[in-house]
Amino acid sequence: MLSYALRRLLVAVPTLFVIVTVSFFLIRVAPGGPFDLIPDLDPAAAENLRKAYDLDKPLVQQYGNYLLRLANGDLGPSLAYRDRNVAELISEGLPVSAQLGLTAIAVGLFFGMLCGIVAALRKNTAVDFTIMAIAMTGVAIPTFVTAPLLTLFFGLYLGWLPLSGWNNGQFAHIVLPVVALALPTIAGIARITRGSMLESLNADYVRTARAKGLPEWKVIARHVLRPACMPVVSYLGPAIAGAMTGSVVIETIFGLPGIGRAFVEGALNRDYSLILGIVIIYATLIILLNLLADVIYGYLDPRVRRK
Amino acid sequence: MNARETNAAAVRSDAGRLQGRSPWQDATAGFRRHRAAMLSAWILGAITILAILVPEFWPNDLDEVNWDYLGSPPTTENFLWFGTDVNGRDMFSRTFYGARISLTIGVLTTLVALVIGVAYGAIAGYQGGRLGELMMRVVDVLYSLPALFFVIILVTVFGNSFLLIFLCIGAVEWLTLARIVRGQTLSIREKEYVESARSLGLSTPTILLKYIIPNVIGPVIVYVTLLIPINIIVESYLSFLGLGVQEPYTSWGRLISQGADEIGTAPWLLFIPASFLVITLFCFNFIGDGLRDALDPKDRTR
Repeated sequence: MLSYALRRLLVAVPTLFVIVTVSFFLIRVAPGGPFDLIPDLDPAAAENLRKAYDLDKPLVQQYGNYLLRLANGDLGPSLAYRDRNVAELISEGLPVSAQLGLTAIAVGLFFGMLCGIVAALRKNTAVDFTIMAIAMTGVAIPTFVTAPLLTLFFGLYLGWLPLSGWNNGQFAHIVLPVVALALPTIAGIARITRGSMLESLNADYVRTARAKGLPEWKVIARHVLRPACMPVVSYLGPAIAGAMTGSVVIETIFGLPGIGRAFVEGALNRDYSLILGIVIIYATLIILLNLLADVIYGYLDPRVRRK
Repeated sequence: MNARETNAAAVRSDAGRLQGRSPWQDATAGFRRHRAAMLSAWILGAITILAILVPEFWPNDLDEVNWDYLGSPPTTENFLWFGTDVNGRDMFSRTFYGARISLTIGVLTTLVALVIGVAYGAIAGYQGGRLGELMMRVVDVLYSLPALFFVIILVTVFGNSFLLIFLCIGAVEWLTLARIVRGQTLSIREKEYVESARSLGLSTPTILLKYIIPNVIGPVIVYVTLLIPINIIVESYLSFLGLGVQEPYTSWGRLISQGADEIGTAPWLLFIPASFLVITLFCFNFIGDGLRDALDPKDRTR
């Protein structure tokens, strides 16, 4: 298991390198630059700015410089917020995004599995149909539709929760964004859990467990649930990536100061170094969390563990 | 009489008027039996026709300001059936113009993804060996990235012209298609008819075009109907974030974003485009289900 994890980590390094390279050159072939948006900028001053930020050198040399700085853990200065550097901006935004994303994944896992298990145990009843209809809706409707609707009902009509803002992650402020972000995850996990539960409910070893006289809850808890969890674990990777892309929209809608919103603003401002920095952070996170999901999978599944 | 004899007798008595059915006729018949899919096809057809006709013939243009009806809720006056936005522009016109853009982008991006994905997957599967392996490793690496980020970068880089938006989305969304096609190709290239084509000395491109690709088309069609709604959502995300279609043109994502801003004062600005978007997404999903059932040869029990 350990050697498997190490091998995966080794593959992650060239993957990240490719991502950095592709993103770097993609961003730089763009017409227009980060200083185009400053009104009435003197051409000489623009030239000085480009010089100060290394943008006047040949592209390959800039790339080399960027990699050198990156190797030292320096993500460079922000081009749009000229008194800040990228590392500062990311370290301010990342805790917000991480809290949002991880809470949403946890909520999604808990409620998704709960719904899936209930639906499978009450198969083909009204409960099952209701849960699965809601789950299908949850998969089909994108977050940028559910989020304003949730705000409308719970924030505006009922007035229970604040409409936007972060307020240092205060509970009331985090509820709506987390729910909006978790809904597709809940729906996806509920469908998967239901499917795998139904499969393992029909397995021979479950019949054996019943035949030897185990009480029903023990059969479910010990023999049905564990194999039914496996597809859920392998769904975690895509779910994490989904939560990250979703958080870009959620942070924009609710005005949360996370790196998702910083990414969109960076894209609109052509803040090269900020976009690159955030892409690197996201890619690293996704690779690491996927690796974690695979390790958990291997730990839970004895067939993989033995290999 | 047992079942086989009954069958044989039926075949004999039918022999005169029995006609062969092609797999496509089978599939069409199967699809027609799928009620949800048929209903979805009709609804989608209606939305498409409205998307074509309304922007051309509707009395109110999409960027025409109705000064007497600023932010008016839906009304029967002046053909403002869906109301107006805060600038007094007719929402009926805007909703179906948005439908035109969203559907067009959904279909065109999927075509781009289809061409890249099928070509890439067929080559990787047919060639196999080192090259095939390498090609699929590239797909794996790209797979581990959230596509939306790359679309955002691409759109920022190349500006947000209509043409480039769909090229960018298509260029990112072909990965799953490539995997599906490669998987199918791997088994098809071992079939006797491919072997005979090879022994006839046909060139690799001919074999790919005439023997491989027509036989992978079933699962590809199913995935395509699921990819169109995904691409509509991606375009809506972009427009929602302000990176997609620009004023005065509009798409469902942009309308929803503007509606979300006015949600307290004019909720219909959100409800109407959001409902159309959601209905369309559901329709494509049901059609995908119907096609899967219709094209699956394992399920021919009817």
